[in-house]
Amino acid sequence: MSNVSDIGSNILEDGNSTQVLTGNWASRKPIHLKDKCTNCMLCVPYCPDNCIIQKDNIIQEFDLNYCKGCGVCAKVCPFKAIEMESKD
Amino acid sequence: MAIRERLSGNEAVATAMKQINPDVMAAFPITPATEIPQYFANFVSNGTVTTEFIAVESEHSAMSACIGASAAGARVATATSSQGLALMFEMLYVASGLRLPIVLINVNRALSAPINIHNDHSDSMGARDCGFIQLYCENNQEAYDNTIMAVRIAEKARLPVMVCYDGFITSHSIENIMLMENDEVKNFVGEYNPEEFLLDDKRNISMGPLSLQQYYFEQRKEVADAMIDSKEIITQISEEFYKITGRKYELYENYMLDDADVAIVVLNSTVGIVKDTVDILRSKGIKAGMLKPRCFRPLPYVELANEFKNLKALAIMDKADSVNAYSGPLFSELTSAMYSCNINVPTVNYIYGLGGRDVKMENIYEVFSDLEIIAKNGKVDKITNYLGLRGE
Amino acid sequence: MTYTIKDMVKKESRFVSGHRMCAGCGAPPIVRTVLRTLKEDDNAVITSATGCLEVSSCIYPYTSWKNVSFIHSAFENAGATISGVAAAYIALKRKGKTTKNTKFIAFGGDGGTLDIGFQALSGAMERGHDITYVCYDNGGYMNTGTQRSSSTPHFADTTTTPAGSKIPGKSQMRKDLTEIMVKHNIPYVAQTAAIGNQKDLYEKAEKAIYTEGATYMSVLSPCPRGWGYPTDDLLPITKLAVDTCFWPLYEVVNGVYKVTYKPAKKLPIEEFLKVQKRFKHLFKEENRWMIDQLQQEVDKKWNYLLKQEEFTNSLDI
Repeated sequence: MSNVSDIGSNILEDGNSTQVLTGNWASRKPIHLKDKCTNCMLCVPYCPDNCIIQKDNIIQEFDLNYCKGCGVCAKVCPFKAIEMESKD
Repeated sequence: MAIRERLSGNEAVATAMKQINPDVMAAFPITPATEIPQYFANFVSNGTVTTEFIAVESEHSAMSACIGASAAGARVATATSSQGLALMFEMLYVASGLRLPIVLINVNRALSAPINIHNDHSDSMGARDCGFIQLYCENNQEAYDNTIMAVRIAEKARLPVMVCYDGFITSHSIENIMLMENDEVKNFVGEYNPEEFLLDDKRNISMGPLSLQQYYFEQRKEVADAMIDSKEIITQISEEFYKITGRKYELYENYMLDDADVAIVVLNSTVGIVKDTVDILRSKGIKAGMLKPRCFRPLPYVELANEFKNLKALAIMDKADSVNAYSGPLFSELTSAMYSCNINVPTVNYIYGLGGRDVKMENIYEVFSDLEIIAKNGKVDKITNYLGLRGE
Repeated sequence: MTYTIKDMVKKESRFVSGHRMCAGCGAPPIVRTVLRTLKEDDNAVITSATGCLEVSSCIYPYTSWKNVSFIHSAFENAGATISGVAAAYIALKRKGKTTKNTKFIAFGGDGGTLDIGFQALSGAMERGHDITYVCYDNGGYMNTGTQRSSSTPHFADTTTTPAGSKIPGKSQMRKDLTEIMVKHNIPYVAQTAAIGNQKDLYEKAEKAIYTEGATYMSVLSPCPRGWGYPTDDLLPITKLAVDTCFWPLYEVVNGVYKVTYKPAKKLPIEEFLKVQKRFKHLFKEENRWMIDQLQQEVDKKWNYLLKQEEFTNSLDI
């Protein structure tokens, strides 16, 4: 559901693309190896899809609703605390 | 209390703009519209207006900046002609597609090539499908009045409006004019308070999305519906204008048409000599008449077609050529309207005045005498004729 | 306040999930970091030229732009559109119709900025509106399938400069828009990329947005599809671009140059080229001269920047 204009193509709310679950694009998913993770936060801003959720600088989860399986996070992590695994 | 003045068309329009005091004006100079941003820049430099004037680097950017400003919630206006209008062509569709009430003054000038700075209607006719309301003006008074009405029409219809008048003939000739008081204009146009705008404190919105197959069609139909609805809006606002100024504007002007046998349809300044010719013919007992469309978009096709139903012959004069191996644009639209309304009158097209070729009363007499022959024979031999070519 | 990535990631994102950019695209992290420099109470109006970002971030009825307003009008006019919005703000603020402190940011790809969008960008910068223009530069018209732009690197294989038997890829050098922007006499110009903890990108974006007047930033935006590398390698490839000095990181503040990253070990350009399919043909024996030429061009530019830094700092400007 979206709040859109009655006349024309204006979208009258912001940030509602969160309704589009791009996670179904992915053929891989990230596995978070918590024992290696130092919560350095480096992976967070590199995820193109804003999937790495942190709270008070502690990684909470990798949101697979949106994760496209690109593997950028795994390569960014200096501690090899993320591994990409096939989704099949 | 009206003010008597003597102004050129451009001066009159610039004065209207001054009294309207839009929030933003983004314009690029082009003959013969240049004077409008120039006069306006003077107003800005002297603090007579509070408008943010953007001296953009092209007409395409002029319309783009107007779109940005209007979308942001500002009242905006711009002016151009010919090549400038052609350059901003894609943005005209964007303005109407985004439902922005932009006022565009188009000083009619011929399109290149070859390059010509004089008057014809090829520019605004070329843009007739872009979703802008189009109002045509016979003289400086109409240009002034229509500019003021355009602001309200655009904002009510949520469609951009193009006010057209003849380059040099109207834009640069000085005529008598009655101006409104500053307060009258200010009260008439009021404040612009859009529902949906980018700078809304209450919410953030997104405009101009990618609309795919399942959405685009309805969104474009809404523009079409808005154009249909705008006819009533134009009538209402013109009525309101009449109450304040005593100057009556309808969708078109019917001059001696009611009992006419033969008539001419013509836009803008050429109306002057056609009216004079009609008067002279009438004094000789010939039942001549004239129709001057004011509102070409929306096209009031039912009303127009019915105006012609009792005629024995009709000539539609086009100051633009569709180059379709058939006729000019006004001809094809009006004859189509007549056909749709089951009105069958022998109708002939005259393409005239391209590139500012002077049209004289003798040319109009020529048209009326052709119409006499068509009326007598009940048929048209040659549908499209070129009036005023050299050597003919 | 000193930048830390830990503080940065706590800030709400104004570019949210659900956009349709490719997996591994370099642009979304850039946009997100740029928008994170906005102060919490500040509003912004964003415009984007037609291109990957615009087309993927605002597909009716969804928008990925959050806590900012967004407008797309056309391809070549992001500069003009944002100028109009910025002018409207002055008028509306004066009338009290809008009250939030608002910033104006235009995003454009290299196509919509250096090529078709060049005129509007130049006009907007020259007029000095209080706006920021950010070019996410992926070196080609990627949205329409990797055609060459004036920012495509020399010799690269694109669909309109294919590496054929007669003509081996793009025959022209890259147009350097960052330098052209410096000559517009605007108060702040920067060239940056997302590497390490993104400090370079963040601090430059913050300066660009919060410097009064017209400011410009070129940000390297790697494209896995267009460049031909695995989606995973966003950071490594950006690092190579920066460490080979293919993409120097620098800023120009009122005409004074500062090179903000000088690689501890400057790598040969070959290191950047060899991991991308669009440069594969350069590694044929008969084409090795291209690699040498690219190395010369990169070195020339790098030395020029170092000299500019020295020179402009020595002047009394």
